Order: sequence, then C-alpha cells, then structure tokens
Amino acid sequence: MLRPLTRDVAIVSFAEMPAVRREWERDEVEMLVPVITEAIEGSGIGRKEIGFTVSGSSDFLTGRPFSFVIALDAVGAWPPIEESHVEMDGAFALYEAWVRLQHGDIDTALVYAFGRSSLGEVRDVLAMQLDPYYVAPLWPDSISLAALQARALLDSGRATEHAMAEIAARSRSRARSNPNAQVAGAFDVDALLAEPYLVSPLRRHDCPPISDGACAMVLVAGDRARRAKTQLAWIRGIDHRIEPHALGARDLTRSPSTALAAERAGVSAGAVDVAEIHAPFTHQEIILRDALGLGPDVDVNPSGGALAANPLMVAGLTRVGAAARKIMDGSARRAVAHATSGPCLQQNLVAVLAAEPEAVR
Amino acid sequence: MSEPVQRIKAPVRLGYQVVAGRDLSRFLAGIAEGRFLGKRCPSCHKVYVPPRGACPACGALLTEEVSVADRGTLTTFCVVNVPVEGRAMKLPYVYGSVLLDGADIPFAHLIQGLPVEEVRMGLRVRAEWAAALLPTMETILCFLPTGEPDAPFHTYQEHL
Amino acid sequence: MNRCAVIGIGQTKHASKRDDVSLAGLVREAAGRALEDAGLRYADIDAVVLGKAPDMFEGVMMPELYLADALGAAGKPMLRVHTAGSVGGSTAIVAAGLVRSGVHRRVLTVAFEKQSESDAMWALSPRYPFQPPLLAGAGGYFAPLIRAYIRRSGAPAEVGMQVAVKDRRHALANPYAHLHLADISLEAVRASPMLWDPIRYLETCPSSDGACAMVLADEDAAARAPAPPAWVRATAMRSEPTMFAGRDQVNPRAGRDCAAELYRQAGITDPRREIDVAEIYVPFSWFEPMWMENLGFSPENEGWKMTVEGVTALGGALPVNPSGGVLSTNPIGASGMLRFAEAALQVRGRAGAHQVEGARVALGHAYGGGSQFFAMWIVGSERP
Repeated sequence: MLRPLTRDVAIVSFAEMPAVRREWERDEVEMLVPVITEAIEGSGIGRKEIGFTVSGSSDFLTGRPFSFVIALDAVGAWPPIEESHVEMDGAFALYEAWVRLQHGDIDTALVYAFGRSSLGEVRDVLAMQLDPYYVAPLWPDSISLAALQARALLDSGRATEHAMAEIAARSRSRARSNPNAQVAGAFDVDALLAEPYLVSPLRRHDCPPISDGACAMVLVAGDRARRAKTQLAWIRGIDHRIEPHALGARDLTRSPSTALAAERAGVSAGAVDVAEIHAPFTHQEIILRDALGLGPDVDVNPSGGALAANPLMVAGLTRVGAAARKIMDGSARRAVAHATSGPCLQQNLVAVLAAEPEAVR
Repeated sequence: MSEPVQRIKAPVRLGYQVVAGRDLSRFLAGIAEGRFLGKRCPSCHKVYVPPRGACPACGALLTEEVSVADRGTLTTFCVVNVPVEGRAMKLPYVYGSVLLDGADIPFAHLIQGLPVEEVRMGLRVRAEWAAALLPTMETILCFLPTGEPDAPFHTYQEHL
Repeated sequence: MNRCAVIGIGQTKHASKRDDVSLAGLVREAAGRALEDAGLRYADIDAVVLGKAPDMFEGVMMPELYLADALGAAGKPMLRVHTAGSVGGSTAIVAAGLVRSGVHRRVLTVAFEKQSESDAMWALSPRYPFQPPLLAGAGGYFAPLIRAYIRRSGAPAEVGMQVAVKDRRHALANPYAHLHLADISLEAVRASPMLWDPIRYLETCPSSDGACAMVLADEDAAARAPAPPAWVRATAMRSEPTMFAGRDQVNPRAGRDCAAELYRQAGITDPRREIDVAEIYVPFSWFEPMWMENLGFSPENEGWKMTVEGVTALGGALPVNPSGGVLSTNPIGASGMLRFAEAALQVRGRAGAHQVEGARVALGHAYGGGSQFFAMWIVGSERP
C-alpha cells in the first residue's frame, strides 16, 4: 500500500546577493559565502546540522566544466555532507530538496544557486540549448526566439505592445523598493513605446537585464518546522512540467506546462495574494498569468521580477524566495512562485506557498 | 541521389571573461612581488596557498594574510608522458604537489632540474621565478631541487 | 519511505564513436531497451530524470531541453542531475527518491555521454587562466594519489596490471562493453606505454559513447513487472571539498561515510560476507584496491590482497566489476549508472554470461571530481 505524501516542508530563510551587471571582482565562492552565511544564520539552524545541500548552476553559463565543484568551497562541506547538484535553475534544486525531505530521515536542507550572465555573450550562450543538429548551428539567439513568441502573441490578439510596456514600467517601478534589484526606476509607458525595436516586436524594455547573482534558501520539514518560532513560508504544493523542444511543435502563445504544474501544485485551491512569476520578457508575463489562472487582484512581481534582475540559474529560485519573503513578513497569506527554463518557456515549475501548513491529518 | 548526411561539423566559438576573484588576485599581486601569499582560516587556522575565497572545510571567509616560503617538500607526483594541448612540453615531465613551508595544503606545479627517475616523495624543492615578475601563474616557472636532505615521511604524510 | 524497485534495465552498445545515432538516438536505444524490459511504454512513465557530466562533452547546454521529445517527457516532470563523475549514480538515487517519497510511481532514469561529439580531453582539463595548465587529463590528477597509495600500503607493482587484465577479461563476456581485448595479458599491460607514471595506457579507461537507462517503480508496479525486480535496499551520497588542509584523497572520508550510511540503511554489518558482487567505479586500475579499503571490504592498506588472491575475479568470493567496469566502458556521465544497473542485473539473475551465480545482494558505486563525490546503492533480490 503506497504511503501518500504527508511531510510538510517550509522555507525558513532566504538570502540573495544584489544583482549587478558585472560581478568581476569576486569569484563564485566569494559571491556565495555571504549569501549562504546569511541564509543559515537566518534559519537558526547550525551549518553542520543541515541534512541535505543542493545547488543549481550551469557550466555553459560560466564557461567552465565542473563549475559547481568550485562553488562547493562556499559551503564548508566538512565533515562530508549529503550534497547534490542540478545543471538547472536553482528552483529545480529546490524541488530536489523538497523531494528529499519527504523521505522523513532528515529535517533540513540548504538550496543555493549562482550564475554570471556577464561572463559570456549570454544571447549566444543560450543558443547552445537548442537542438544541436538542426537549430543550434543557425545560432538563433535568445532575444530573437523570444521575439518570435512575442510576435505570435501579438498576432493572436491577446496582447498589445502597450500592455507589454506597462508590464515593463510596472516591474521596474516596483523594483525601486527591492534593494537587490538591478534595474529600477519610474518609466513612462508612452516614452517606452517611442523607443526603437531591439528585435521586433521587442524593445529594450521588453527584455531582461543581463545580471550576475546568487541566492540561498534553507528549508525545514515536519515537526522541526512546526516548532519554529518565526513565520515560515509553507510549501503547499510544488510541481514542474516540460514541453516539446521543437519550437514549431508548440503553440508559443500558451504555456500548458505551467497550467499543468499549477493544477498539480494546487494554485486554484485558494485565494492568491502574491505571485512571483519568472518572466524574463514582458510578453511572457501575459502568457504565464493566463496559464497560472491568476485573477486581476493578484499582486504580480512586487520584487520587480526577472525584468528587474535576471541572473540565469538564480532568477527562478529568487522568485520562490521573493514570494516566501512576503509570507514570512506577514504581508501575504498565500503566494504562487513560478520558474522557467529553456527557450520560450519550454519548462516550468510552480510552487504554492502559504502562511500555514496543511491542516493536521 | 547523394548519400544521406551522417555527420555535420558545427563549430562553436564562445568567449568568456575569467574572473580571478579577490583572494586569487591578491595572491597574484604577491607573485608579482616574488612572494607566496597565503591566507589563514579564522576557524581552523589552516593556511591556504593560493587562497580561494573561503576555507573549504569551514565555509568561512579567509581573513589573515600569511607569507609562506617559496620552498617546500614534494609530497607526491606523477611522470607525465601524454602531451598537453597547447603547450610544447618535452616528454616525459614531472607534475607534483609541493607543500610550501608554512602552508597547510600542497601547491601543484612542474618539477624540473633533475632526471625524471630521481624525482621522489620528500624531495626538497624551491620555486624558480621568471625574470620578469608579473601577476600570473606563469611567473612561477617550475620547482627545482634545493639540495637539502629529503624531508622525512612523517613531515608530509598527512598531506598525501 | 515507500519501496522502490528496478523493473527495467537497458544500455547501448558502447563504443568510441557511435556515429550511427544522434544524441537522441543514443538515449532512446538505452531507454527503449529499459522500457521493453519493464513491459512498459513511454506513456506509462510519470517522470524522467536525466544525468550526464559537463555539457561541454557534447557541446549541448542543458540537453534535457533538447532530449525532452526523444524521452517522451512532454507533459512530465524532467530533471537533469550533474554531480561530475558520480552523476550516473546520483541520478539513479534522485530517481529512486521520487518513488520512495511517493511522488511518482514509475520513473525513467537515463544517463549518457556522447564524448565523440565534442572534445572530452579538452573539457576535462581546459586551459584556464590563473592556474598552471599542466594536467593532461584525469590521469594526471589521480596518478600522484595512486603513487601515494602504493607507498602507504606497500602493494606490489603488479596489482594495478592485474586489475586491468581481470576487468578486460570480464568484459569479453559482456556484449555491451566497449573494449573487447581478447589478447589482454599482464605482459601486454606491462608493455603498454606509461602515461602518467605509475598509470599505463592499458590501465586506463577508454573514452566511450554510451547510455544506460532504468525504470524504477513502486511495489505495485513491481508486482506487475514481467521479470524479477531488483529492490533498492539503500542509497547514499556524500561530498567533501576538493582540497583542504589534511585531506586524505587516497582513502577519502566521504567515501567511507557514504559506505557506512549505506550499510546502516541496508542492515549490513559484514559487507565482505553479506555482499555477493560489487560494481564499483574503477577508471584507473589501482582504484580497485583503494576502493576495497574505502568501502570497508578490507582493512586499510590491504585492499590489494583481494586482487592478488583472486577474490575480486568472477569465480572469486567477491567478484568486482564482472561487467568489465569503467576500465572497459566509460561514457563518463553514464558510467555511474552502469555500475548501479549492472548491480541490479546481477540480483535479477539477468547478467547473462557475466552473471555471478546466486547473487542476491549487490553494491553499485560511483565517484567523481577529485575523489570527492560518492553515490552508492545496495540492491537485492528480496523485497525489503
């Protein structure tokens, strides 16, 4: 007889490095030490007590094979620790940690992510994600692919360039109250629309900044979590799904993987106060809002989202962290966090966070 | 009708910035002064050369700068018979780990100045510096024997 | 935790260049065989966990994105694990974790490497500023450790060569293995060029293209599987830093701790007697005696005696790498999963010509990085 999932897991702390255009002074270890230290100190859990550690990062982003190995020096992995790594955004490392905590033998986990998009030509680096035989040799850069998707969305009638510019302005305006955001300010929508296209129909403001960053999060589970003295962000549901890779095989104006993950994570089971959506391009927020089934009263991306700071491999985990902060500081009761990977939203993760764990069984 | 395509060549060229980091930059500045600079962990007090941002065992930022000698003991080594891409090395050559006096971890480099068959664990060696001191690893050309008696096994066996 | 079983295993014919298949074709060859073995189709799978070593080995960034279509993953969760050389093992452990936690019922896990598509030698030791660019491959890193082991243990010089011969002889009975060196002998190994003293050419693993896949399932699905399952009795992973003061790289604590946790979970107190066969990660011959000690099969400094006495050969008391091991087949990202899969094949009684008679408990082992990442599992023929 299968035992269904019962273990409650919560986020107890989250720390992030202020995103910058270029972190060319410190190396990965020097970037991560303050962030990991802050997350661990904020958790009230001793460093050597952490039961499981897992990270997200990418060799191709760093320009170096085995790049996650160097970062391990920031953790203090002695005596030896149980540790893993996904070559994906840290949000998927969070997923691995959440699954691990379901086993019941350990109660705490550290999740971290790092990425410096400034080291290479990130638009071209991302072309390496594409089918190596038929697509990558044409070097379609990431902005051009996003522009294809934006064009499809505009042609469908479900978006306008004006709506996209509003998303850009709103995001950067909200970012003004986020000390870790990179691009913040008050922008006038009409002025934005007067700017030339970067890659039609995308203008510069429709695109994310190039960012370097790192973040870390501590999870706690079961009774250990229930004994915590601070407000935790309980993970009520988490799921992720991938779609076909071939761009022509998908309707780029929809995100069925996000919709499915949202359904499995239980987004619609209650009111959503805040949503942190990982939409590096403005038009993608429109697609994802729709796929997540969010109503008009949801506060979307109070952090500014990926349009304000987009360190690759980090931005997805940061969405979860930003949503968790809203629960932890008491300003939200229920939040949705989303992370994406791959060209044009190919893969998506959705997490539902709440101020309370599940009802006692 | 031509043959089906079985293989394609898809050249990739990506340029990356490499960042040394603060600790390594400081170490290289020391090299430009002809010195080996290490850093000590505030928690376990071990001296790391070169320092890499944090104490790997403790996860703590390394704080205190420590000058270590440019001579030390060869702990272990191997004799390489495989050409290294991009470097015209005469084969065979010896690559080994040198525990500099004052450091707590070995420093890997070329061992030269004696026949390959005579290289042995415990050999006392010192750095040979390039004529022009620059903040690069290449400023250290290799390690040469000092002529001192071999270090006893117990002095370096913990570092194997 | 829920029980988890291996109900399907598949692997490719490993070779230095599989230019008869694309990356997608390579993984499907292994995945298709695993599904067939399990009596399932892609549609029956709930989630896919992919593992492989650095992306530079093929030149494809985050290949799970490109391979989603080929592995029937559309609409499913898909993860890609990367823990350096141990990745094949840790991938299997993550996949098993999805079943043990009750999140999924049937998980397809695949690990691969198609090294011929890029330049693995370059990718293993790229010329990187701020470091002395002296290493010539992984052998250049491990040869000094092996020298240290020989010094510490007083092992006779032939031990490495004996392992090299043994594993290649085992491979002759494994149709999937890359190297089938019918003429392998001590003399041939001794005469082969010394690459990184003390490692000779014939004591070194090949560079292979290959993939391995398994279907992991809960006990309800295992009950319906067409062939006997291999039950996962224990899994463990441990990591330690690459370099720190006083680190023992010859007998790393992370490996010892990982094995201790593994045996504790499996209820094993005398591994030498209770484990029937071990598939362990030996890319350079001398790692066999070193891992025998690290895994607690022999006291420290005596692991080499097991090799010399024939204990680790097929027919011996504890056969090690009856598949031929990494020394005979090494698609880096897949090698760890091949060890885990071969261990499962043994306890299912399906290892064919390299079957260890009566094997009921088997160890699968993988390591990576600077002997710092360890992933291990114990599988058994009895349901726990």
